[in-house]
Amino acid sequence: MTTITPATGTLFRFATAGSVDDGKSTLVGRLLHDSKAILADTLESVARTSAERGFGGEPGAIDFALLTDGLRAEREQGITIDVAYRYFTTGRRSFILADCPGHVQYTRNMVTGSATADAVVVLVDVRNGVLEQTRRHLAVVQLLRVPHVIVAVNKIDLVGYDRTAFDSVAAEVAALARDLGLPDVHTVPVSALAGDNVVTRSENTPWYDGPSLLDLLEELSTIDELETDLEALRLPVQLVIRPQGGLSPELTDAAADAFRDHRAFAGRIESGTVSLGDPVEVFPAGVRTTVTGIRRGPESLDAASAPLSVALELADPVDAARGAVIAAAGSLPAPRRELDADVFQLDGRPLTPGARVLVKHGTTTVQAIVTDVRGRLDLDTLETTPTASLATNDIGLVRLKLAADLVALPYAAHRRAGAFLVIHPQDGATLAAGIVVEAPA
Amino acid sequence: MSENLTTADAAASAARIEGPDGTTGALDALDALEAEAIHVIREVVAEFERPVLLFSGGKDSVVVLHLATKAFWPAKVPFPVLHVDTGHNFPEVLRFRDETVARLGIRLEVASVQDYLDDGRLQERADGTRNPLQTQPLLDAIAAGRHDAVFGGARRDEDKARAKERIISLRDEFGQWDPRNQRPELWTLYNGRHSVGQHVRAFPISNWTELDVWRYIEREGIALPPLYFAHDRDVYARDGMWLAVSDVSAPRAGERVERRTVRYRTVGDLSCTGAVVSEATTVSDIVREVAASTLTERGATRADDRLSEAAMEDRKKDGYF
Repeated sequence: MTTITPATGTLFRFATAGSVDDGKSTLVGRLLHDSKAILADTLESVARTSAERGFGGEPGAIDFALLTDGLRAEREQGITIDVAYRYFTTGRRSFILADCPGHVQYTRNMVTGSATADAVVVLVDVRNGVLEQTRRHLAVVQLLRVPHVIVAVNKIDLVGYDRTAFDSVAAEVAALARDLGLPDVHTVPVSALAGDNVVTRSENTPWYDGPSLLDLLEELSTIDELETDLEALRLPVQLVIRPQGGLSPELTDAAADAFRDHRAFAGRIESGTVSLGDPVEVFPAGVRTTVTGIRRGPESLDAASAPLSVALELADPVDAARGAVIAAAGSLPAPRRELDADVFQLDGRPLTPGARVLVKHGTTTVQAIVTDVRGRLDLDTLETTPTASLATNDIGLVRLKLAADLVALPYAAHRRAGAFLVIHPQDGATLAAGIVVEAPA
Repeated sequence: MSENLTTADAAASAARIEGPDGTTGALDALDALEAEAIHVIREVVAEFERPVLLFSGGKDSVVVLHLATKAFWPAKVPFPVLHVDTGHNFPEVLRFRDETVARLGIRLEVASVQDYLDDGRLQERADGTRNPLQTQPLLDAIAAGRHDAVFGGARRDEDKARAKERIISLRDEFGQWDPRNQRPELWTLYNGRHSVGQHVRAFPISNWTELDVWRYIEREGIALPPLYFAHDRDVYARDGMWLAVSDVSAPRAGERVERRTVRYRTVGDLSCTGAVVSEATTVSDIVREVAASTLTERGATRADDRLSEAAMEDRKKDGYF
């Protein structure tokens, strides 16, 4: 048994989203800069480019957007095309920031950046309040079940740090959160430009007694912290480890002998905890057995939780390969041949009834037919209206007929078991991202 | 986790640890990054016919290889490694490479830039650096090995263009990366569908920082080539970097050779990879040094990445790592 030394705190993933000109790049730059995540040579190169491009303000002022706009086309056109990932660490946590551009393909980028996020930071300009785009962002966040939302009410310096201005935006946000059913929404008055309440609490807002943006990011629970204990064990099998292809030459002869009949099911724990002796069931074999070994590389564990990648040994010989699912006994849903799902249309081509596609779910890919496009979600009214097909950036309700069984669950009940990709069978493009919903009455 | 376990018992027996604020149930960041990387490596091995790992002996590729040994243990790593050999090698790195593949019992493929220069398929550049010359031998080796998936140790924190690349990244028949036409990557579902002639590059440690890599090397006790640790070497200053005196790199007029205690933060073409002055002789020393560093590793040590704002993007589009 090996001792695990905690070294870096937990890993927290968050996405930032905003509308045009609400100061998102400045906020991201400020967060990275004030948490000392930007090193001197990067800063120098950005400052040089800022000056060359005639960025205004004080001498040496920095266009923080240049920190995240990584592609030549982005810099040349002054737009952000794609989600950019940034990394920083504080004394308490390591952060992965998915910076989602607001104006080009916003749904596609929002969905990509938010799908695995523990929190989403949405920017609102205090002078404009909640805009249609804010509403759309938050609707996507709600569909994807991002656990926490932080609304950064920006440019508070431009209204003279006026409490009433903030309170009125905070009330709009609270009303919208109620409408959408968002469970955990925090509102923070910030000035990304001046740094108020971004990393440290500001003296300019004595009327605000909540945490700074970074304080919140350090304190909010991750998805795994929130859900590991709530959900049953589920591990989709990626592959089966057997010694036929040769054992590692690093093993001693005695160890190699002991592993001659070794057979372990490798996968990442999607949810829950597995302990030695736990009863499990295996799909599609339909067998019940118990867990006799849990390994992470050569290390034997008594128990392991999501999101660890492990290899499980089972008491009985089980006919299982890639695509099988090992789960807590009694926890697997009935297999489905049909899915009702909300899909985020990501490809440029429309999704129409009759389309033959591939559905990738967990470690399985099955053929499917879009039997019905039942409606398109209007993000402004949150009503579903009938439509013949889904265009890029549409969110719509579809029904899919599957060529093989899937043990899927509604996304609202289980993220990983409810998420899938829709793939073009010929060119392999990712057409859409889907989340399983309960069939509407 | 039950209340009556002592902290030591809990840490030793279950892969759930006590968080810095005393809460239990959270894995630390390295555990989460390791789990993600092993998941990616297994997905690629399960879905592709002939994967290969680009292996330079540099710390990032060494970490990916270590993760692969954990992903398939006790079976041996089920794919070969490919070294794109610039001919401008640190001898200790070649020795390390050969020892590593022998220890793990895996096959080594070599794509030699020198062969291409000798028979005229490539020509030496005026500035003498061979890093940009690696692309064609790399693509030819991928085609010759019929490799449909190529693992690399690239990280998104290294460069602004890399920050936008997917974990599983499709390359066309010419090995080109099309940054404007990337497949969206959602949840932990990776779409590696490709047609004949295309391949994917797979980057299991995309989300790691330089400091994460060093902390992981420390935690796992991973062996590295000795040049990562402080040693005495004859060097000369150029463009703010310390370059080694060797068969392929010599000072120009006016550049003075000095004996310095240095180490390398990256391993590349010997002629253009700079050393940093350092007293760090152990991994723990390096973790402390990296945590306190004010320069990025590429900015500090790679002359070729300083050529332009988009140097990396341009090379990636052409099929580079």
